[in-house]
Amino acid sequence: MTMKKGIEVSIAIADAAKLARVEVIAAYPITPQTHIVEHLSEIVANGELEAKYINVESEHSAMSACCGASATGARTFTSTSAQGLELMHEILFIASGMRFPIVMATVNRALSSPLSIWGDQSDVMAARDSGWIMLFCENGQEAVDSTIMAFKIAEDRRVLLPVMINLDGFSLSHVIEPILLPPQEDVDAFLPSYNPVYTLHPDKPVTMGAYGMPEIYTEAKFAQETALRNSKVVIDEVLEDFGKKFGRSYKAVEKYNNDKTEFAFIGLGSICENIKTSIDYLKDEGKEAGLVQLRLFRPFPKDDFLKAIEGKKRLAIIERAMPGGATYGPLFNEIAALAHTHGLDIALENYICGLGGRDVQPEEFMDVFTSPQSGKNITVLGVRE
Amino acid sequence: MRLKKIYSYTDHPEVEYAVSGHRACQGCAEILGLRLALKVFGKDTIMTMATGCMEIISTPFPLTDWTIPWIHVAFENAAAVASGVESALKILMEKGKIPKKDIHVIASAGDGGTSDIGLQALSGALERGHKFTYICVDNEAYMNTGIQRSSATPFGAMTTTSPPGKKSMGQATWKKNMPKIAAAHNIPYVATACPSYPFDLMEKAKKAKNTNGPSYLHILSVCPTGWRIPTEAAIEYGRLAVRSGAFPLYEVENGKYRITQKTDRLIPISEYLKGQGRFRHLTDDIIENIQTRISAEWEELKFLSGIK
Ligand SMILES: Cc1ncc(C[n+]2csc(CCOP(=O)(O)OP(=O)(O)O)c2C)c(N)n1
Ligand code: SF4
Ligand SMILES: [Mg+2]
Repeated sequence: MTMKKGIEVSIAIADAAKLARVEVIAAYPITPQTHIVEHLSEIVANGELEAKYINVESEHSAMSACCGASATGARTFTSTSAQGLELMHEILFIASGMRFPIVMATVNRALSSPLSIWGDQSDVMAARDSGWIMLFCENGQEAVDSTIMAFKIAEDRRVLLPVMINLDGFSLSHVIEPILLPPQEDVDAFLPSYNPVYTLHPDKPVTMGAYGMPEIYTEAKFAQETALRNSKVVIDEVLEDFGKKFGRSYKAVEKYNNDKTEFAFIGLGSICENIKTSIDYLKDEGKEAGLVQLRLFRPFPKDDFLKAIEGKKRLAIIERAMPGGATYGPLFNEIAALAHTHGLDIALENYICGLGGRDVQPEEFMDVFTSPQSGKNITVLGVRE
Repeated sequence: MRLKKIYSYTDHPEVEYAVSGHRACQGCAEILGLRLALKVFGKDTIMTMATGCMEIISTPFPLTDWTIPWIHVAFENAAAVASGVESALKILMEKGKIPKKDIHVIASAGDGGTSDIGLQALSGALERGHKFTYICVDNEAYMNTGIQRSSATPFGAMTTTSPPGKKSMGQATWKKNMPKIAAAHNIPYVATACPSYPFDLMEKAKKAKNTNGPSYLHILSVCPTGWRIPTEAAIEYGRLAVRSGAFPLYEVENGKYRITQKTDRLIPISEYLKGQGRFRHLTDDIIENIQTRISAEWEELKFLSGIK
C-alpha cells in the first residue's frame, strides 16, 4: 500500500504531472513556481518520463509552444507565476479560444510594482476571464490530485478547454506536507492517454486559428462560452469519479462549519486554512462562523454556491488582490451580482488581505467576525494608512 | 558561383500547397514566395504562421488557402509555436502514438513578425536547435496594418509611420540585417531569396528542408501596395533589388558565406529606387548616401564570401 510521505508541494506537483504522463512541457522559471519546472526537468533528464522539455526563452513562448504541442496532439503542461502569467496573458485567451486542453499550475504571486516575489492572487485575478477552467487548491494533496484531475477534465470531448490549477506561492508551494502520490497503475486507469479530435498532421491537413469575420465571431465565442459553462457537469463527474477511485473526494464548493451559521467567510486557496483555524477559535468562544470555499472559480459554480449560502445573513468575502479601481474585489462583485439577481437579503462585506505575502493571523479573521465593517467600501485588513 | 540547378522551367513541382483563391493584392510577391517554397517542402509539412498579410489573406473562417496542416496563434510567436509542434511530433513518434515519418515544420512571419516583435521567440527557437525552417517574408513594412515602418524598412522609405515631412526624409534608420542575425546563431543554413528568381528560391528551400537543425530563409517579397509601384512591376522590382545590391542573394552554409547571384557588377541603386512611390521624395544626396552604404555592404558580403 502506498504511504503518505513528507514532500514539498511543488515537487509533488511535478511528480503528479509525471504520473499524468505529460508529453510536452514548455516552461520558464519564475519564483515561486521554479521548483515545479526544475523537478520536471530533472525527471525528463533522468529518463523517468517520456516527454520533451522545451527550455523556452519566455513565458509568452512557453504558452505559445504549449499551443503548438497541444495542437499536434501531445498532452501538454506548464507552470508559471505573476509576471510570467501576465507575459503569457495574450496567449491564454488563444489557448482557450482554440480549445487546447493544456494544464498549467499557477503558483500565485503578487504583481509588480513594487516587485514582490511573495504570494497573493493578483496574478490570476488579472487573468480570470481568459476562458480557462480555474481551480484553487488549499493544500498539497489537493494540488496533486487536481493536477491529475485537470487533464481528465480538460481532455474530455465535451470540454476541450485549458485548466489552470492555482496554488498560493510559498504558503503552499514551498511547504512540506504529508502527501500521498497515487500509484502509476491507478492514475493510468483513471486517466487514459490523450486522444485528440483534430491534430496538425499531413495525413489529415487542417487549418487551425482561422480568423473570424463579424458574421462568425459571436458564434465562435458563444460556443466557447457554452463549453466553459457546461464543463461544470464534467468537473463534477471527474471529482466524483476521482473520489470513488482514490478515496479522496472534492467538491466544486467546499464548506466548513457552515450548515447552521448565519455568517460565512468566502475565500479562495490556502488562506482558507487560516480561516478554518479562526473558525475553530471562535467556536471556543461560543461563536459560530462558517466558511464557503471555492475550489472551482471558473466556470463560477453558481448553483452550488447559492446553495452553500442559503439562509445566510452576512458574508465576509476575503480576497488577496487589489480591485484596481473596481467597485469591489472580483470575487465580491461576482457574489454581489448573484445576490442581487437572486433577490437575497444578505449583508456583504469585502476584505482585502494577504497582499505580497503579508501574513494574516487568525485574530484578524476573528475581528472580521466580531466587528463587521461597512460593506459600502472595501476594507484592507492590517493596512498602515 | 551558382547553386547546383535542381529546378527549371521544365522541371519543377506543379502541385500547389498555397492554392488560388486567396485574397492577396494583385502582384503580391509575398504569397508567391511562400507558394514557390511550399512546392519544394511538399505535402509532409506543417506550417505555423504569424499574424500578418499572409495569415489574413489566406484564412477567413471557414475558408483556407492551405492544403497542408497550418496553424496561426499570434503575431510574435510563430517560432515558439513551431517549437511546440516539432517537439510534439518527436515525442509522439518516439512513443509510437503516431507513425514515424519525416514531417517538416515551417514557421513563417513577415518582417515585423520576425525582426521586431518576434525576434526573441525566433532567437530562442534557433538557439534551441529545433529541426524547422523559419521563413521571413520581408515586404519591408507592416503591410497588414497599413504600411507602418518596421526595423526592416529601408533607409529613406516613406511609410505611414515614417512619413517624409519638414523635419523628416522618411525612414531614418538602416534596414536591420536579419539574415546576419540568424547566421550569428550558428545554425546550419541561412539564405536570402526572392521570388523574382524562382528557381534559386526553390533550390534554397530544398537545402533548408534537408538541413538537420534550424534553417532560416529570408525572402524579399515585393509588395506593390506598400511600395507604391504598378502591380505588374513586382517581379521586375525584385530583380532590381537584387541586381542593385539592395537585397543581395546569398547563403550561409555551416558558417560559410556564398553569394548566389552574379558578382561582377551592381546596377546603380537609383535604378531600383526610381519609380517606387515610397522613395519618390528622396533627394540626390540622400540617394548617394544610400548608394555608399549599399556598396559598402556589398563589399563586406563579397569579403565574407571570399571574393576579392
Ligand atoms: C501583439 C500584437 N501587436 C500588434 C498587432 C497588430 N499587427 C498585426 S499584423 C501587424 C504587422 C505585420 O507586419 P509584418 O510582420 O511585416 O507582416 P506583413 O503584414 O507585412 O506581411 C501588426 C502590427 C498584433 N496582431 N499583435
Ligand atoms: S499588402 Fe502587400 S504583402 Fe500584403 S497582400 Fe497586398 S501586396 Fe501582398
Ligand atoms: Mg511586412
